[in-house]
Amino acid sequence: MDVYLPIANLSVNGLIIVGLGLLTGMLSGIFGVGGGFLTTPLLIFYGIPPTVAAASAASQVTGASVSGMLAHHQRGGVDYRMGVVLVLGGVLGTGLGALLFSLLQALGQIDTVINLLYVSMLGGIGAMMARESIQTLRAGSSGARPARKRRHHPLVARLPGRWRFYRSGLYISPLAPLLLGMFTGILTMLMGIGGGFVLVPAMLYILGMSAQVVVGTSLFQILFVTMATTMMHALTTRAVDIVLAGLLLIGSVSGAQLGARFATTASPVKLRLALAAIVLAVAARMALGLTWRPDEIFTVSLL
Amino acid sequence: MKRLLALLAFFLLTGASEPVLVTDISQHRIELRQGFTGAQLLLFGAITSPEGANAVRDYDVVVVLEGPARQMVLREKRKVAGMWVNAEYTTLRSVPSFYAVVANRPIRQITDPRTAAIYQLGLDSLQLSPSDSIDPARETHFAKGLVDLMQRQGLFHQDDSGVTINGGVLYSARIDLPSSVQPGVYTAETFAVRKGRVVASATARVEVGKQGFEKAVADFSQRAALAYGLMAVAVSVVMGWIAGRLFALF
Repeated sequence: MDVYLPIANLSVNGLIIVGLGLLTGMLSGIFGVGGGFLTTPLLIFYGIPPTVAAASAASQVTGASVSGMLAHHQRGGVDYRMGVVLVLGGVLGTGLGALLFSLLQALGQIDTVINLLYVSMLGGIGAMMARESIQTLRAGSSGARPARKRRHHPLVARLPGRWRFYRSGLYISPLAPLLLGMFTGILTMLMGIGGGFVLVPAMLYILGMSAQVVVGTSLFQILFVTMATTMMHALTTRAVDIVLAGLLLIGSVSGAQLGARFATTASPVKLRLALAAIVLAVAARMALGLTWRPDEIFTVSLL
Repeated sequence: MKRLLALLAFFLLTGASEPVLVTDISQHRIELRQGFTGAQLLLFGAITSPEGANAVRDYDVVVVLEGPARQMVLREKRKVAGMWVNAEYTTLRSVPSFYAVVANRPIRQITDPRTAAIYQLGLDSLQLSPSDSIDPARETHFAKGLVDLMQRQGLFHQDDSGVTINGGVLYSARIDLPSSVQPGVYTAETFAVRKGRVVASATARVEVGKQGFEKAVADFSQRAALAYGLMAVAVSVVMGWIAGRLFALF
């Protein structure tokens, strides 16, 4: 099924794009990550211009987040209070990120910085999640009670002014989620992703949020941040390809539903281990890309 | 074809003093729309010579199809501290978005490098107009890199045996356009070369443009960026919501 993409200026196999959307939609529903960290590189690999890929992947993530968030909302899995604070931080972060982006672009090193960010962020988070979930699994199978975990990071407890986040089961300073939102906002602009894979582990291990609301709340934040990103691209790069986004959406909205359904039945620890494996695999691939001699050492960009 | 034969007959009968090229293309307009997966252009025509049909046997034909030129930055990666990072770069002021050259035998045998450079015949004779370079070695190094990159994407192409000449008069060449061609006005130039000199040439235009829905979407995204962005956001939210509702039924 050949489909011509009017903004990307080329024709693609529609079924492959829908399949790609389905895959990333499943990830989004199961783990609460947007899947942008997988969609954008795969689209570029398929031959779609990088700006079009990043811009259209953002609107795909929006659709998947709505779909996944609705599913989580129905079972009370979204902490809206926490979500709003995160979104505010995210919007501030995208502004800062845009400044950083233009600075790095002027230096001609934006690609390297993006790749290094991918490797270090994905590698670090993947390793942390893998270690934690393997420990929990071992403790569970040997019958021993898991070691008592601290609720949240000691630095979070030091921040002034505390709010109650009932659904998350937290009494902490709103500055902590605000800073976290800002940090993911910066990453969103620099790496062209929703930031879910950073947000979810940070919510679990730094904020110490209750696991039942982590995925839903993360999807809530991603929804608004990717909406802002899509608008930003439509206004500046004009690279949002609505046909490409539509194809990705068909796959990802269905995938998100299937994923959310699967997530309620599967063991959360095993899910975290699976996500850690995927994240580590992408990080390893990126690290190889940096150190191996690339197939093509020249790149062109339009002026 | 009829028109072509009539013209051919006219030139043969009147016996013009200069060799004349009569050319045509299978398609003067390529529409980029749903179902477009690339196109094949047939460029054909005839060479007529004042000395009669026998004399034209020693003509060579080179056909060049060129897309609209653009300004580009070409970057080269180098290994720095164990990582491949962008190191060198150059700005090229005129890079054709598409370039295909087809001839009846290798261009090096047809003409000398100087003539090839003047008429931009062949991938190694492209004039890319770097804006910063003064070093010819560096210039060729970057030009080679660009040609290699564009060839991999199917946007640059050279075929040294793609032109067939029938009876020394009629010639035809086929050029494939991939689906990733940029819209714009393409020029098709045909050169008749004799003893290394270009003795006749003819130029034709091929318009590559979006049509219907594709044109509407592209125009919309350019002219009303805000509305387009809002529409994209609305489409994704609505599709996500519909999926959520549909799946809730089961």
